[in-house]
Amino acid sequence: MSTEAKRPPTQKGKEKGAPKNNGADAPANDLAATTPELRRELLHSMLLQRRFEERCAEAYALGKIGGFCHLYIGQEAISTGVMSMIRPDDYVITAYRDHGQALARGVGPRAIMAELFGRETGCSGGKGGSMHIFDAKTNFLGGHGIVGGHVPVAAGVGFAIKYKRGNQLCVCFFGEAAVNIGAFHEALNLASLWELPVVFIIENNRYGMGTAISRSTANEDVLVRAKGYRMEGESVDGQDVFAVRECMARAVERARKEKRPTLVEMRTYRFMGHSMSDAASGTYRTKDELEENMKRDPILLLHNRMFEAGELTEGEMHKIDDEAKAIAQDAWDFADASPEPPIEKLYTDVYADTSS
Amino acid sequence: MAVVTYRDALTQALREELQRDDRVFLMGEEVAQYNGAYKVSKGLLDEFGQMRIVDTPITELGFAGVGVGAAMVGLRPIVEFMTWNFALLAIDEVVNAAAKMLYMSGGQYKMPMVFRGPNGSALQLSAQHSQAWESWYAHIPGLKVCTPGTPADAKGLLKSAIRDDNPVVFLEGEMLYNTKGEVPDGDHIVPLGVADLKREGDHCSVITHGKMVLVAMKVADDLAKEGINIDVVDLRTVRPIDVEAIARSVQKTNRAVVLEEGWEICGMGSQVVDFIQRECFDDLDAPVLRVHQEDVPMPYAKNLERGAKPDAGKAIAAIKKVMYLD
Repeated sequence: MSTEAKRPPTQKGKEKGAPKNNGADAPANDLAATTPELRRELLHSMLLQRRFEERCAEAYALGKIGGFCHLYIGQEAISTGVMSMIRPDDYVITAYRDHGQALARGVGPRAIMAELFGRETGCSGGKGGSMHIFDAKTNFLGGHGIVGGHVPVAAGVGFAIKYKRGNQLCVCFFGEAAVNIGAFHEALNLASLWELPVVFIIENNRYGMGTAISRSTANEDVLVRAKGYRMEGESVDGQDVFAVRECMARAVERARKEKRPTLVEMRTYRFMGHSMSDAASGTYRTKDELEENMKRDPILLLHNRMFEAGELTEGEMHKIDDEAKAIAQDAWDFADASPEPPIEKLYTDVYADTSS
Repeated sequence: MAVVTYRDALTQALREELQRDDRVFLMGEEVAQYNGAYKVSKGLLDEFGQMRIVDTPITELGFAGVGVGAAMVGLRPIVEFMTWNFALLAIDEVVNAAAKMLYMSGGQYKMPMVFRGPNGSALQLSAQHSQAWESWYAHIPGLKVCTPGTPADAKGLLKSAIRDDNPVVFLEGEMLYNTKGEVPDGDHIVPLGVADLKREGDHCSVITHGKMVLVAMKVADDLAKEGINIDVVDLRTVRPIDVEAIARSVQKTNRAVVLEEGWEICGMGSQVVDFIQRECFDDLDAPVLRVHQEDVPMPYAKNLERGAKPDAGKAIAAIKKVMYLD
């Protein structure tokens, strides 16, 4: 029996070269190829997130949603692109800016909105709220509120996949501010050391709350952190859903075939404030900067590509948009009509009944 | 019934549960090749292999989080901290993740896992390595907290903890590993949340847990020679806590001393006294007294360390005071 320590899940893999940034010039993986039909689905997914969250902002202003509420608007190409490249039996875990990812993963819009409204029919029974969207049916492992805290948890999911000899993977989303936190570093080290099938995705929207990356991070090239842990890394334009998919195709293949993790930086921009309690611009970033970045709205970019390719008319665009709005309205109506959790539920789910 | 050490009783529990359920695995610093910093996992690597007995780097936050993630998707991790002093680095995963996952997911994600390791002071390890943490974790809804004081309870509680579908903080006594006691043969199980009356007497209740159980037993022996007979209520788990057992004893003796290893402010004793005043207000013949560590970080020098720790002498003085014998 081998007693080699430090690398229990597998024997040591062959040494890899330096992490390469091959997002721009590597050949597009066949897995990432799209058809007009799929492109329409991607557009629909992104529009649904946008229209849904616009209603979230409205509901928040009306007091129907409380607490902290962090909108994803502007970053939808990432959630849509990533989710379109993984399987239903894969796992997804994320931080607190989680509505868009949950929708893109296929968590029911009604269940998400009801959760935000604090209703019994919410996906977490009204106990989690905006920051804690969980859905076991789609392997959506939450919605976590402590910056970086869920990154080791993702490594643990990867560990369990390896332990059970599965060939799923775990996708873990977090913002660029998390790359300075210890939990991120500990998780990357373990994932690489133990060769765990995890795709770590930095959504670099350039601001950790109101602090610009230049004011928080000694080396703004966040991918050097991959190199530090002998992990492959890649940086892509997170506003381009096709670039996201191509990058994911490589990361997914690496996770499934080589059982290796990847660190991906997806460069993006959030169009709203950090949460519902701050303005989109004016304090830590200028209106000009915001407007300049909004020209690269990921939905607009995809729409233009499809329009120029002659596969989408303005009429069809309106139809997809109307569908998205109708789903958001239906989610609102469902949430609004749903009952609050009965007071007895206050005391349930603190402990599980042990039956094993 | 065999006489075994507290350490071997824990090893037996680990081995039996690893054999029983292949979802169970042990991870932590030095648990595999090195056979465990305190040898609790001795021989387990050879028997179960490196997938199930997993050496980690010194990265408490990281591997505690790995345990949480593995538990979310169907494994039953046992996370060993070399000592609970180091687990402070991991407390976000214990408190913010493991303890709350079931609740904030609306019942969707159970956390069947155990965090275990030595707790409390040993000898001259000074301030950073000599702390009893049970009141910190007992404060948190969603966690269960075990504090076994004897080999039999160590084995029986650990087996229950591993089988439990909730996150269990399992605090072993660093100074107890070499102590010996009878352990029932076979699949010995001690349910969580049930106290044990370790000694019976009518004059005073001593309510305690963990390493202080041995101190209480010595106190009982010493006082018996003076004709004073005490109840020793060993809580065994401090969350859930067996309020009925506390009340039963105090209603019989009408006097109580709460003995614990940790500090006074917000210690376990504070909670026990609160239960007593609510459940036994009309039964009390004297104020309840507490014996605990002095309100200072643990010093290094032998005499200072002795002065800081709760001990039999301090417990006897408190018992005599509540019996108005001093």
